[in-house]
Amino acid sequence: MVKNNLWQEFSKGLFKENPIFYIVLGLCPTLAITTSIENALGMSGAVIFVLTFSNVVISAIRKFVPEKIRIPCFIVIIASFVTITELLMQGYFPILVKHLGIFLPLIVVNCIIMGRAEAFAKNNKIIPSLLDGLGMGMGFSLAIILIAGIREFLGTGKILGRIVFRCFSPSFVFVLPPGALLTLGILIALFTRIKKR
Amino acid sequence: MDIKTILMIIVSMVFINNFILSKFLGLCPFLGVSRNIKPALSMGLAVIFVMTLSSIITWLVYRFLLLPLNITYLRTIVFILVIATFVQFVEMFILKKSPALYRTLGIYLPLITTNCAVLGVTVLNINNFFVNNKPVEFSFIYSIIQGFFAGIGFTLALLLMSGIRERLLLNDTPACFRDLPIAFIVASLMSLGFMGFSGFNF
Repeated sequence: MVKNNLWQEFSKGLFKENPIFYIVLGLCPTLAITTSIENALGMSGAVIFVLTFSNVVISAIRKFVPEKIRIPCFIVIIASFVTITELLMQGYFPILVKHLGIFLPLIVVNCIIMGRAEAFAKNNKIIPSLLDGLGMGMGFSLAIILIAGIREFLGTGKILGRIVFRCFSPSFVFVLPPGALLTLGILIALFTRIKKR
Repeated sequence: MDIKTILMIIVSMVFINNFILSKFLGLCPFLGVSRNIKPALSMGLAVIFVMTLSSIITWLVYRFLLLPLNITYLRTIVFILVIATFVQFVEMFILKKSPALYRTLGIYLPLITTNCAVLGVTVLNINNFFVNNKPVEFSFIYSIIQGFFAGIGFTLALLLMSGIRERLLLNDTPACFRDLPIAFIVASLMSLGFMGFSGFNF
C-alpha cells in the first residue's frame, strides 16, 4: 500500500499532472530553449537536479521555517541550487551554457519549482518530496523533449543533428519563436482532448 | 552617449526582441492576466515600474558590491532577493501612500517577484553593458533605458493580446482548443507579425 502511494507520487508528474501540458507552468524555458533536442536535454538535467534537491531540502526544513517568511527562504534555497548547477555546467558543458544563455539563471523563477515547493514539499515528508520532485522533473523533461523533437524535425529536418529524410523540405519557422507557440498550442489542445476521453 | 545607441535599445526592446513574443520571458502572467484589458493594463504598469527600478538597484548592487568583492557568481541569488525585497517594500509603500493605486496594482505586485521578465532584464543588463567585468560607458543609463522599454514592450504585447482574447470569447472555437491553446496560437501569429520588425537596423 505504502509502496503504491510512493509510486503514485512519482508517476503523477509524468502524465496525469504533467506540469507543462496540464498545469501549464514553467513555460518560458519550455518555449525558449526547445530549438533542438540537445538543448532540451541540457535544460532537463538542470531542472531535474534543482527540483529534486530543492524539494528535499525544503521538506527537511519545513518544521523550522516560519510561515510568514517561507517564500524568501524557499527562493534562497532554490537560487543556491541553481548557482551550483550553473557553475557545474560552466565547468563541464561550456557550449551548452552558451546555448541556454540567460535561461540557466532563470531556472530560479521557473514556476514549477516554486509551485512544487508550495504545493507539495512544505507539507510532506522527505521521501515523497524527493519522488515528487523527480517525477515532476521527468514530466517536464518528457514534455520539453517532445516539443524540441517536433520543432527540430519540422524546422531543420534533423533529429539530434542527423538528417532523417532526404526528400523533406523543412520549414524554418518552427525553429523561430512563432513555431514554439504554435507547437505548444496544438500539443496542449491534443492532450486536453486525450484527457477528456 | 549617442542617440543612435539609445534608439537601438528602444526599438530592439519594444519590437525586435520583444520580451514576450520573441524572448519568451514572462509568459505565465502573459497568459494569466490577458483575459481582459483592464487587469492587463494594471499588470503592465506594475511591470514597467518594477523593471525600471530593479534595473537601477541591481546595477548599483552589481557595480559597487559584487564586483569589488569579487563574488559575481552570487549574482542570481542576490538579484532575486533584491527584487523580492524591493517588491515587498513597494507594496507596503503604495498601500500606505495611495490606496487607490494599491487597488489597481496591489494583487499583481507579489506576482511580479516570480515573473522571469524582471530577473531576465536585470541579467541582460549585466550581460550587455558589462564587458570583462567593467561597465561600458554610460552603462548605467543604458540599463535604465533597457529596463523601462522592456517593460513597455511587455505591456504592449499584453494589451494587444488581451484585446484579441476579449473578442475570441465570442468566437466558436473547438472545445479542446478553448482558452489556453487558442491563446497560444494567437500569440504565435502575433509573434510572426513582430518578426517583421527584425529587419530593422540602425
